[in-house]
Amino acid sequence: MGPLSETTPQASVDTVLPLLRIDTVGKQFGGFTAVDEVSLDIKAGEFFALLGPSGCGKTTLLRMLAGFETPDSGRILLHGEDVAQVPPHQRPVNMMFQSYALFPHLNVRDNIAFGLRRAGMPRAEINARVAELVALVRLEGLEKRRPEQLSGGQRQRVALARAVARRPQLLLLDEPLAALDKKLRDSTQRELLALQRKLGLTFIVVTHDQDEAMTLADRIGVMNAGKLAQVATPRQLYEEPRSRWVAEFVGDVNIIEGQIEAREGGRLRVATQGAGVLTALAPRDLGGATDVCVAIRPEKIRLSQRAPASDSGAATINRLEGTIANVNYLGSASSYTIMLDGGGATLRASLANAARVSADAYAAGQRVTVWFAPDDCIVLDR
Amino acid sequence: MSARNIFTRPARLAAIAPYGWMVLFFLVPFGFVLKLSLSQVANAQPPYLPVFDLGAGWQALIAAVSALSLDNFRLLLSDQLYLLAGLRSLTVAATATVLLLLIGYPIAYAMSRLPRHWQPLAMILVIVPFWTSFLIRVYAWINILQHDGLLNQILLTLHIVSEPVVWLSTDTAMYIGMVYSYLPFMILPLYATLSKLDPALLEAAADLGSSPLQSFWRVTLPLSLPGVGAGALLCFIPLVGEFVIPDLLAGSDSLMIGQTLWLEFFTNRDWPVAAATAVMLLAILLLPLVIYDRFQRRQMVRS
Repeated sequence: MGPLSETTPQASVDTVLPLLRIDTVGKQFGGFTAVDEVSLDIKAGEFFALLGPSGCGKTTLLRMLAGFETPDSGRILLHGEDVAQVPPHQRPVNMMFQSYALFPHLNVRDNIAFGLRRAGMPRAEINARVAELVALVRLEGLEKRRPEQLSGGQRQRVALARAVARRPQLLLLDEPLAALDKKLRDSTQRELLALQRKLGLTFIVVTHDQDEAMTLADRIGVMNAGKLAQVATPRQLYEEPRSRWVAEFVGDVNIIEGQIEAREGGRLRVATQGAGVLTALAPRDLGGATDVCVAIRPEKIRLSQRAPASDSGAATINRLEGTIANVNYLGSASSYTIMLDGGGATLRASLANAARVSADAYAAGQRVTVWFAPDDCIVLDR
Repeated sequence: MSARNIFTRPARLAAIAPYGWMVLFFLVPFGFVLKLSLSQVANAQPPYLPVFDLGAGWQALIAAVSALSLDNFRLLLSDQLYLLAGLRSLTVAATATVLLLLIGYPIAYAMSRLPRHWQPLAMILVIVPFWTSFLIRVYAWINILQHDGLLNQILLTLHIVSEPVVWLSTDTAMYIGMVYSYLPFMILPLYATLSKLDPALLEAAADLGSSPLQSFWRVTLPLSLPGVGAGALLCFIPLVGEFVIPDLLAGSDSLMIGQTLWLEFFTNRDWPVAAATAVMLLAILLLPLVIYDRFQRRQMVRS
């Protein structure tokens, strides 16, 4: 399969420079800073996700990589070569558009072959490549159809085939699954991953859907207000958010504000409003801040009708008393809102519904003991 | 709800109304013209025979119908004058339509590329000549193109020519008048399709390696073909029958079919031949309409 491997970068270059280096890239639109001095390295073969709320600049960043926007400052190094000013049709980068942007006057085959024809590939080679791609995205028999004669899922696959047809060194995907319904999205996610592994291409996907980013990406860059808030693996992003904003943006979280009272070895004691004094794992890089917040994920909180049987670890766990205020049954899990005694702070806890009929399911109004481990508490700057 | 019940009584009436309009204001008058084209010229009032007199009884009516003949059409097909006029009409209209496309397309394209908030202004600028009577605007061109007109004055002042150029009563003047008068009809449908073109398609084309010129040929132009068809038809059909512009701006050595029709009707007072000419003209113009309709239907089936 010769054509599939023609863009594999040389190892020697790869060790010195990443496939893509975004170097302090900035972009303004009439005084509004869309992208604010973003720097980022992408390795060859990586599946990278840019995640953020709408208007955070992720799409602008992607469009600068494709060449549709020109950065005001900074460099975009592809294989060490600055392509920031190179027009889109001369970049070895392809993009899959959110709207798919399929050519309505061309059939499936001609849509997929469009980029190959522009590259001046011989006809026989184009036919072979198109046939290969059509099989890859399972569109056999639909080659003669026009885009409007296809379902949403089929269009998405045509767009994908067209975007990978030229074997780009870098494939950019703008909300690739946003237009699909939930069921289709799940299966398409798996296909997208399989395709990326099979072709060995480097993918950068822009999404506002954190489940999508978590499922697909090797690493995620979370963007907020034009800046990269954190770049990390999905697990790090969720378990070790670097800021309160990231903790709140990615997944569900309880945030309890407080002051650092004492530091004992690797532990911090944080005096909070409404949740007493909590013990938490001391983070590495808090600096001198004393006004902090404690973040804890709902599924890390345990509930019990009685206190834990053994009190041996009493000093090393956080234990609070409260009343169940609300129960949300969500199928695989239930979400409980607990009103803590004295202070009126609330916590949300999430428990897996491990059994179909659960004897000790909690109900609203019930008294409970809430407990969680210090290692599950993340102390963040307010 | 079943599909049949969608049409309530008022809705059905509304659906029929356009057909009623067509019957009353197109089909019935066309019937008169068709009947006239089958009549013979006569020195009488009205100047043709036979006349249908419903009061004269059944026999007279049958006699009148049997007096109708295709003689006028035979004349049109045998006399070179009419054939040449028809041919000239078609070539002039086709040439003018091509000129209109060549001039109108770049304008429409530029309009669709303007920032959104400038586009309504550009649209108004295209339409604003309609505020003035068409006839007055053609007369204005006579002024501009005549021997000591504005155009010759400018050319002389700039020393581009040493003596006045004869513009008026030439085909050039006629084409200038035609292009000027019909340009909005070309621009508006073109602009309508071009402004609907999804910019993402051009980005996709660029992304897949198309230079801006290639993107135009491969994406913009094919997708604007419905607008090209509509604009060309909107200009070509009235241009074939155009009377005022060739009569005022072109020379008198060769006539377009509209001018022949006028001559037959007013100068020769030969209403039947004039009516036959009109029927022929309609028959000729049905052809491009049928082709366009086919094209539209194909597009509809696709979407």
